[in-house]
Amino acid sequence: MNDPIPFRPAQPGSQPDNNSPQYRSTGARHPKQPLLAWPHTVTEATGPHFTPAQFAPMVDLSTAGGKLAMGERIIVRGRVTDEDDRPVANTMIEVWQANAAGRYNHPGDQHDAALDPNFTGEGRVFTDADGWYQYVTIKPGAYPWGNHANAWRPNHIHYSLFGAGFATRLITQMYFPGDPLLALDPIFHTVPDAAARERLISKFDLDITKPDWALGYRFDVVLRGRLATPMEG
Amino acid sequence: MSVATAFQTIGPYWHLIEHPEQADLTRFGATGDRLTLVGRIVDGARAPVADACVELWQASPDASPLFPAWGRARTDANGEYRFTTVKPGPVPGRGNTLQAPHFALMLFARGVLTRLYTRAYFEGEALNATDPLLNLVENPQRRATLIARPDGAAVWRMDIVLQGEGETVFIDV
Repeated sequence: MNDPIPFRPAQPGSQPDNNSPQYRSTGARHPKQPLLAWPHTVTEATGPHFTPAQFAPMVDLSTAGGKLAMGERIIVRGRVTDEDDRPVANTMIEVWQANAAGRYNHPGDQHDAALDPNFTGEGRVFTDADGWYQYVTIKPGAYPWGNHANAWRPNHIHYSLFGAGFATRLITQMYFPGDPLLALDPIFHTVPDAAARERLISKFDLDITKPDWALGYRFDVVLRGRLATPMEG
Repeated sequence: MSVATAFQTIGPYWHLIEHPEQADLTRFGATGDRLTLVGRIVDGARAPVADACVELWQASPDASPLFPAWGRARTDANGEYRFTTVKPGPVPGRGNTLQAPHFALMLFARGVLTRLYTRAYFEGEALNATDPLLNLVENPQRRATLIARPDGAAVWRMDIVLQGEGETVFIDV
């Protein structure tokens, strides 16, 4: 029986702690008992495989029914690799976001800002054989939230990725360069390591920018790699 | 070598990527012993977690075009989630061990910065006695948090407590 090669544990400081008091909602939602240490088995080392046939791509969020959404159109392009710098090919990425006014098309969002009938805020894209992905959207607006007095989330796009196994599952957020709210955002700052935080910020990229049409941003994602040698079973 | 990208919370508005049919893993025509897995998720104050995203993965039966082996469900206002799928069989563990039938469950929510990972086993399954993961949990009350119970015909209930008394065993993934 060949045991699956486990995925690597997180580098110290590179991941948030689920108990992060500065983000108030973590208070009653983080386990207090230690996590059960468990070597990856087939359950954790394998995971879902999505196909565009069953999970249709949605690569242009900037229009709905042929009508343009309000706001600044942008192109987001990047590469998904693992910790060994190997491309993660044909993997599904889901994105979702607020509109240009900082309002989600969601009944739970009661922020007094305009909804846009031409913007749903959902996207889905697959990486190519070399790990690259690209979609078109509208730059999301900032919005207030109830964490503390005068709290505002920086502009961000939510990301969901799967990778090779259930253990590589990743939910994260892409931020924008030069956003003054980043310095104040408790969620961004739950990542202890400054370099790890920086990697959540996309980069303006003139090569992705399409003349006379839209600015381009680059956002790369790294999924967990496998340990070099199998652990003893 | 690179470092894996940091998690950030799924937040309260993840339903923009919710497609309710994804909670039915039999929708592409899977055959097998069909069952419903339900459960209620509460937080450390025993309040329902009404905005969670629950994902299910099963290594058995094998994924195929007819069976994605993965599903996603929301919790409702009462904290309840619901999946329709087919019964998993045993799968190999590490070494020469055998794992009892189980689902892998991953929870994402506002207030959860990464993910919470647990498993749902089946009450009354003979292989539970020798399952390598269940046997790592010595306290019987804690171990019981990993075991779904019958809740009607072909319905299994796996309630989840995020924190405090009766806290579910979460697994370091």
